[in-house]
Amino acid sequence: MENTYLSVIFHSTKSYIGLKVVFFCHSGPFRILVKRSFFIEDLIWRELLRHIGILFIHHSIIHDLSNKLLGVIFIIIMPDTHALVNDFLNQLKKRKIEGSKATAKLTAELLRSVISQQRIPHTNQAGALIQAIKAIGEQLIAANPVEVAVGNIVRRVLHIIREEDLSLTTASIGGLSLHPMSDDEDNVDPDDLSAAAVAAAARSTLRAPSLQTLLEGVPHSAPLHQSSSSAGDSEEKTKSTDKNSRSRKLKHHVIETVNELIRDITTCHELIAEQAVEHIHHNEVILTLGSSGTVIEFLCAAKEKKRSFRVFVAEGAPRYQGHTLAKELVARGLQTTVITDSAVFAMISRVNMVIVGAHAVMANGGVIAPVGLNMVALAAQRHAVPFVVLAGIHKLCPLYPHNPQVLLNELKSPSELLDFGEFSDCMDFGIASASPLLHVVNPAFDYVPPKLVSLFITDTGGHNPSYMYRLIADYYSADDLVLQQRPTS
Amino acid sequence: MVAKKGGSKAEDAVEDLARVPLQAILLADSFTTKFRPITLECPKALHEHKDRRRKDNNAVMTMVIKQSKPSQVTRQTRLGTDELIMAIDPGTKQLLYYEDKADDLKGTVTLDKAFLAENPSISLQNDKQDCYIDICTPEVLSLFTDNFDYQHLRRHFVKGLLLDDIMGYKIFTHEIHSSYAARIDNFRSYDSISKDIIQRWTYPLVPDVQFSINSAARLERHGIYRASDIAQSRSAQVGPFTYIGKGSTIGNNTVISNSVVGDGCKIGSNVSVDGCYIWHNVTIEDGCKLRHSILCDGVIMKSGAILEPGVVLSFKVVVGQEFVVPAYSKVSLLPQPVKQDSDEELEYADSNSGIISTTNTLENGDSTNDLSEIQYSASSDIGNGGRGFIWSISEIAREEDWRHSVAPIPAQKLIELTQAVYDDLEFPDQDDPLLPLADERESATESEDDTRDESQYFEREVEATFLRAVHENVKEDHIILEVNSLRLSHNMALENCASALFYSMMKLALDTPHHSATDLVKNTNDVISRWGKLLKPYLQGIDDEIEVILKFEEMCLESGKEYAPLFVQVLHLLYDKDIIQEEAILNWANEKEDADESDKVFVKQSEKFIQWLNEASEEED
Repeated sequence: MENTYLSVIFHSTKSYIGLKVVFFCHSGPFRILVKRSFFIEDLIWRELLRHIGILFIHHSIIHDLSNKLLGVIFIIIMPDTHALVNDFLNQLKKRKIEGSKATAKLTAELLRSVISQQRIPHTNQAGALIQAIKAIGEQLIAANPVEVAVGNIVRRVLHIIREEDLSLTTASIGGLSLHPMSDDEDNVDPDDLSAAAVAAAARSTLRAPSLQTLLEGVPHSAPLHQSSSSAGDSEEKTKSTDKNSRSRKLKHHVIETVNELIRDITTCHELIAEQAVEHIHHNEVILTLGSSGTVIEFLCAAKEKKRSFRVFVAEGAPRYQGHTLAKELVARGLQTTVITDSAVFAMISRVNMVIVGAHAVMANGGVIAPVGLNMVALAAQRHAVPFVVLAGIHKLCPLYPHNPQVLLNELKSPSELLDFGEFSDCMDFGIASASPLLHVVNPAFDYVPPKLVSLFITDTGGHNPSYMYRLIADYYSADDLVLQQRPTS
Repeated sequence: MVAKKGGSKAEDAVEDLARVPLQAILLADSFTTKFRPITLECPKALHEHKDRRRKDNNAVMTMVIKQSKPSQVTRQTRLGTDELIMAIDPGTKQLLYYEDKADDLKGTVTLDKAFLAENPSISLQNDKQDCYIDICTPEVLSLFTDNFDYQHLRRHFVKGLLLDDIMGYKIFTHEIHSSYAARIDNFRSYDSISKDIIQRWTYPLVPDVQFSINSAARLERHGIYRASDIAQSRSAQVGPFTYIGKGSTIGNNTVISNSVVGDGCKIGSNVSVDGCYIWHNVTIEDGCKLRHSILCDGVIMKSGAILEPGVVLSFKVVVGQEFVVPAYSKVSLLPQPVKQDSDEELEYADSNSGIISTTNTLENGDSTNDLSEIQYSASSDIGNGGRGFIWSISEIAREEDWRHSVAPIPAQKLIELTQAVYDDLEFPDQDDPLLPLADERESATESEDDTRDESQYFEREVEATFLRAVHENVKEDHIILEVNSLRLSHNMALENCASALFYSMMKLALDTPHHSATDLVKNTNDVISRWGKLLKPYLQGIDDEIEVILKFEEMCLESGKEYAPLFVQVLHLLYDKDIIQEEAILNWANEKEDADESDKVFVKQSEKFIQWLNEASEEED
């Protein structure tokens, strides 16, 4: 075996190397040729060279050696979830990710990879998954409590796990319940209907108490945990071989659904924009403030449908994103007028509709929106102009604004308002009372109460503010509303 | 720059710097209440730096600067630094000149004429603030190793680099606009930067964002940051711009404003705290009054104790009951060292940077934990039941106390300061025309005798080196190297070397036993042909050669009178050996034309030779 070589091609997308690989390389009785692939980052490469006595060759030589080669192994170093999570946490903390859509998508993708790498015990699989996601979710939320989209997605994923678990258990219970009754018959055709009914019933217990459930008189059943785990236990006794497939099934289903969620988030703009024609009519004047991706898409979709209308853009101090929005709209051939934020009230009487984006939509129908929007909403109300808020479903937050966990606002750096250099003499702490007379406050958000909002347009259609809690009940389970675990003391 | 402070750590840092190339470091973290560096990536500056580095290997450093009001008072009161003037090439952003006015030239800048000639475009700026954050290449560290006398990053290193044209290293600047960068250099900047952090200029590096600590605080109205588990009495008033750390307790009727209180502090009743930095686990008993002070970890203030503005209490100091700690005093558990050299260090620390003195106390606090119980319990330097020593600082430093403390500058000093600025502004009008240029002025300040002595000493050294070389038959290269180092250490110009070497050669020829004038010429011939090569590196131009002739002339008049009759012969010899070109000789002759008769002796002597040279050159033409 002296002259046999093993070519190892490493492939990695993330800067982390598992010791497993290194150990594996050590144990081989071969000389190992390593061809450096494009994807190996410098750090990993150096680490590899340090750990393994490898022969570094140019890739062209592999062909010459190919008759001596024992085999080629591709090792794909999976990105480590821990590192991934930390990476994302850091980005959240440093406020490097902006916009709820991007955050939501990244969160969902992160949770997906966490789920796929999570080891699941045989019993109470859903519980283990939920625990893992909760632990990570808590960290993510704490890293940037203002960005509620993170919490929303975490809760959505938890809800997905619960749902999938439930449909699996009910299916198997249905299957089991059939066995004693039909001893001799083959169970080719399990009673789909009954299983579905059980699932539906159980699902409704998952939801927050709603009018529907009250009317139907379905009692609040015991917490899901017990039922699912006891079901798992009973199942364990009867069928042991089923477990493996079930665990794989659960994971598979959950990942499938999370993928769907990610798809939903990416396509929410389009779904919302599709409804544009129903809301924007000919020769109307639309007012918006600041810039929002959803709003751009919405207006452009209406334009594409040959609607001709005019847009007033309030510039949205202090970031003046309205300027970029105006540029964008003009590029798409829309008649655009830029006004200052303070001119909104003067212009509102000529406006037919106000269309704005949101940072988050709370359970009571209140909106957390970029600063300045409350003023616009008040002006709109004064002149009875409809105030329409566009929001993808990832912005739906199951919490109420009075909840103590909700951090409504964030004060950003005053440097967006003032130049530090110009005002450095006002920031002087060394004289007189040692406390500067100048204080600059730069809040990022406004809270628009539900009574000022006329309509929400989400990817599922238009909704009244008072209907928000129902939507939320569809998407989130009540158990997950409070993620923070009580300090165990 | 990390590497600067711990000189010995420089080598260790090289590797780090090389691997994780260069992150700017902000030495400001008042919320963990320790001088702990926080790394902040500043991608743009870093990117620029790398780009430049790729193009120009000599771009060793990028200095981060930001705009500031050009008022000396503000700078003094904000960061405790002096006014800064720098010259920047507007195109390339290269730093050309740096003057932080720590020297005595207030209100005036003196630029060398050559400096203006060399750089076609210069923008002189006094509205920039140096953030003291530099992105460096590993060469910088080796520069520090080579020049071990660099004590101060700006005063020595930057200026040295700018003046030194041999290596050709360049420093560039990067101006930041909306972002914030600063470095804590003394207690005053510690105060200012902490307050900037509380006012959120450093966003997202603010206390309510989880950053380096695990428990993020919540920001409440009036800029009050509150961590979790705080027990605060209802009657206590926590004022604006205050941070209260995790698990701290605040008693009845206590008033806290503009302060930072660390984790696990116990503050009693009827305490007033204003503008203080209280680190972790500090106990303040009832009725204490604190104003503009820093209290390190584990300090205990017994009831009724009072801190006047500017006090710094080191680790675990105990202030006795109702003791009044005088303003600007620094208290440590360790007694003040009395050795001469450490005194100097102290002075340096106080006048230049608070960091050094803080690290001192840091070490002290750690190393003496166990000892302190026994050794210092008896000390009553700091009141009844107190523990610790008040460090007295020399008179000069005391004057400067108010400059670099956390306390606001007293109104009277402030007036003086403003007055001083105006005085300085008037200063240049009075004697501006008389002001010599920078370089000349420098030499002018030293007395003439000094320079004379210096050059004579240099000549002697060179001669000794040369003689040793002749006797031990050292290689030419080595001699050149030695002479070079002598030149650098005595701060001499190239032509001085040439004349000194030439002098020692002639001396050697003179000292070799000889019987007649012809013998002497022969000796000279031998020496010149053997060692003439040595002069080559120092004879860069005509001027240097003229210098050599002048030196020889001087020698003939003074020490080596024997040469006087042989002047022409030796001159011819030098010409033959290609050491001196005809142009130099002709120029020399021209220069001498207007001189006194007595000076013209040698010109006259060599008249024929010059004439011959002239003819020769005409023929060539």
